[in-house]
Amino acid sequence: MVTHAHADHARPGSSRYLCAEPGLGVLAHRMQKGAKIDTLGYGASLKLGDAAVSLHPAGHLLGSAQVRLEIGGHTTVVTGDYKTEADPTCDGFEPVPCHELITECTFGLPIYRWPPADEVFAQINAWWRANAERGLNSAVFAYALGKAQRVLAGLDASIGPILVHGAVHGMTQVYRASGVELPSAEPASVEAAKHYKGKAMVIAPPSANGSVWMKKFRPCATALASGWMAVRGRRRFRAVDRGFVLSDHADWPGLLETIRASGAERIGCAHGSTDALARYLAEHGLDSYEVSTRYEAEDDGAA
Amino acid sequence: MKRFTDLYLSLDATTKTNDKVAAMRDYFATTPPRDACWAVAALAGKGITRTVRSALLRKWAAEASGYEPWLLDACYGVVGDLSETLALIVPDPTAQDRAEGDEPLHVFVEQRLQPLAILDEAGQKKLVLDTWRRYDREGRLMFHKLLRGALRVGVSRGLVVRAIAEVAGLDAAVVDHRLTGRWRPSAEAYAALLAREQAADAPGKPYPFMLASQLDIEPDTLGPVADWQLEWKWDGIRAQLIYRRGQVYIWSRGEESVADGFPEVVAAAATLKPDAVFDGELLAWEDGRPLAFGVLQKRIGRKRVELSLFPEVPVVFMAYDLLELDGRDTRGQALAERRALLESTLAGTTGLELSPRVSAEHWRDVSARVGSARERGVEGLVLKRRDSVYAGGRARGPWWKWKADPYTIDAVLVQGQQGSGRRAGLYTSYTFAVWDNGELVPVTKAYSGLSNDEIERVDRYIRKHTVARHGPVRVVEPDLVFEIAFEGLQESTRHKSGVAFRFPRMSRWREDKQAKDADTLASVKQLLRAHTGG
Repeated sequence: MVTHAHADHARPGSSRYLCAEPGLGVLAHRMQKGAKIDTLGYGASLKLGDAAVSLHPAGHLLGSAQVRLEIGGHTTVVTGDYKTEADPTCDGFEPVPCHELITECTFGLPIYRWPPADEVFAQINAWWRANAERGLNSAVFAYALGKAQRVLAGLDASIGPILVHGAVHGMTQVYRASGVELPSAEPASVEAAKHYKGKAMVIAPPSANGSVWMKKFRPCATALASGWMAVRGRRRFRAVDRGFVLSDHADWPGLLETIRASGAERIGCAHGSTDALARYLAEHGLDSYEVSTRYEAEDDGAA
Repeated sequence: MKRFTDLYLSLDATTKTNDKVAAMRDYFATTPPRDACWAVAALAGKGITRTVRSALLRKWAAEASGYEPWLLDACYGVVGDLSETLALIVPDPTAQDRAEGDEPLHVFVEQRLQPLAILDEAGQKKLVLDTWRRYDREGRLMFHKLLRGALRVGVSRGLVVRAIAEVAGLDAAVVDHRLTGRWRPSAEAYAALLAREQAADAPGKPYPFMLASQLDIEPDTLGPVADWQLEWKWDGIRAQLIYRRGQVYIWSRGEESVADGFPEVVAAAATLKPDAVFDGELLAWEDGRPLAFGVLQKRIGRKRVELSLFPEVPVVFMAYDLLELDGRDTRGQALAERRALLESTLAGTTGLELSPRVSAEHWRDVSARVGSARERGVEGLVLKRRDSVYAGGRARGPWWKWKADPYTIDAVLVQGQQGSGRRAGLYTSYTFAVWDNGELVPVTKAYSGLSNDEIERVDRYIRKHTVARHGPVRVVEPDLVFEIAFEGLQESTRHKSGVAFRFPRMSRWREDKQAKDADTLASVKQLLRAHTGG
């Protein structure tokens, strides 16, 4: 059962997969050819042994899901990765009432409070426009699945041409095929780089920063779109010109609101600032515990 | 305030020197002197001092945000910068608060910073809370940076000087000199920095220091050895000694007035015949050789030196240049001429030493001298062109420093802690151990020397191989071996191992080695004996 298709949560090699219905395209693109993938519509229930299983929108990226398990009248919800803010490229997060909630807490500290996404997109577009006026290309580094498409959706295509790295292009095609409307974007080829010199917006994965691949876009201003950019040190470490605070994870207020809305009495904290969130919840009268997971911290660009 | 905050953010956003200078130039060219003087003060580290204790700021931020102190500490561990942590954690202003608008920098300084120095705790708190209420995250960050007296934004004083000089259409050396020593921010002082005509100097005003560049080219490309004056590179406190009209002033490189800590040097300078200004080094000195730097450290920051320190830490001023004689600026003369003047001026004085010229005929002799530096208790050699003038700042060419190879040991990574600044949230502060009777004994910490890729790999290793956590410190499985380079060793009672390292850093990740291959405490102690000559 796959909550979403990021590499640290979905791995090739299993004989069968189950995911939310809108996520079929992206998961199939990421798994081995011919992988057997079953889907479940959001909210539809499936009987697995003693458990009734259903998937609910997590708002993290296209097809991302929370998993609700009901066994003998006891409901547990595993959020997977999620964000509470609206995102035009995927179904919005829906709070699911439960007895026990296992929440991710990548950004489980009160320093993480996201500015509204439309403000961030206004900043990105203004930055792009200013760069183009100075004859500079702009490059935003964003994880190839999810964040890149969200950035694309927020761009003002009237400013200039949009070019996408190969990894982003493939996934963007899958998004379009899955019915998500996105501004048009061309593959970031050498020819395109020459043709649109000094005015293009390039969307590439974070690993492209400082790579040979990026050279053809010089001169180019660079930025990273990630929740980690809320902290200056992180941005400077990444050596980009700008950091845009744009996350596909819940911020601190989003986590607390989700926990409250679930009505759960017992809260598991997984992945991230587990110790801080669990302690904070315990001090506020909730039965909380830390959950250790097998997946590693994501790349800065993913969050 | 907003304009200065924007300047700060654009300085923080780039590592490119030219961009930083351009940002400052734009700011100074369009800012009235009464605001610009405070920007100079903040950027060049002149006259803005810490007024509120960090502990109090933390406490008030905890109250204002409603979070427990432990949660603030956890946030600080990730952010790595207290000013930023507190700016991020306190509530944002409401639309109504925001409508009160911005204040010019001088108003902000006069009404929000300066009163803090005289208010009692309750008054300070009221003012800090009011400022938090009114300013957004970026404004609050700026406020905290100013409150704590240090911007740390990667702008050297030299860059500030360059920007002002470009705005004023003056030579940078002129502005540099005007800003050296005791400069206090005011509209008048700022105007004087940019003025076409030079006002009379204050009597104790020092000159900007001339700095040597690291020798990173082949020595034999420097021309004949005879063109160069060679001196030992002393490991003390670089200082300017000023004797004018019966008064003695001593300025450190950080432009601190340090005369109070070195009364015997002041007394010695007072016996000079002519007025003079020297460039040189304060050194702990015994039996004709320097003592380890740590010995000198006991004197730093003292307003008055207890008599009991005298016999223990004898200090001399080792003069190596003459910048002014009888009221005449000599910096424009060639080094060879200044040296002759220096020697004749110092003749017959006591307590002021003359840094000897090191002789060498060929570059290979010079190299051999560098090789002998460690046993003499010096860091290496400084090469100065005999025809060069004395110019403030670090220009490539006239002065080079040629450092002796550092000492190295192989040690095992045993603990990690999260770093600060750009390394916030990553485990970048490491503790290293060597073997002693089959056990690993921590000997030093080190923070620098790894590439970003290596930092991330070590960070992942630490997270995956933690065996215990003590607060922010993770104890890890002792597997990774690093070569630690350092400049010196000193006996220490504060360290369990009994030794303290000077300037330790990671020179190499020894992925070819296993923990068992690391050095032993006995071999470290042998180095200590060799280093201290004991």
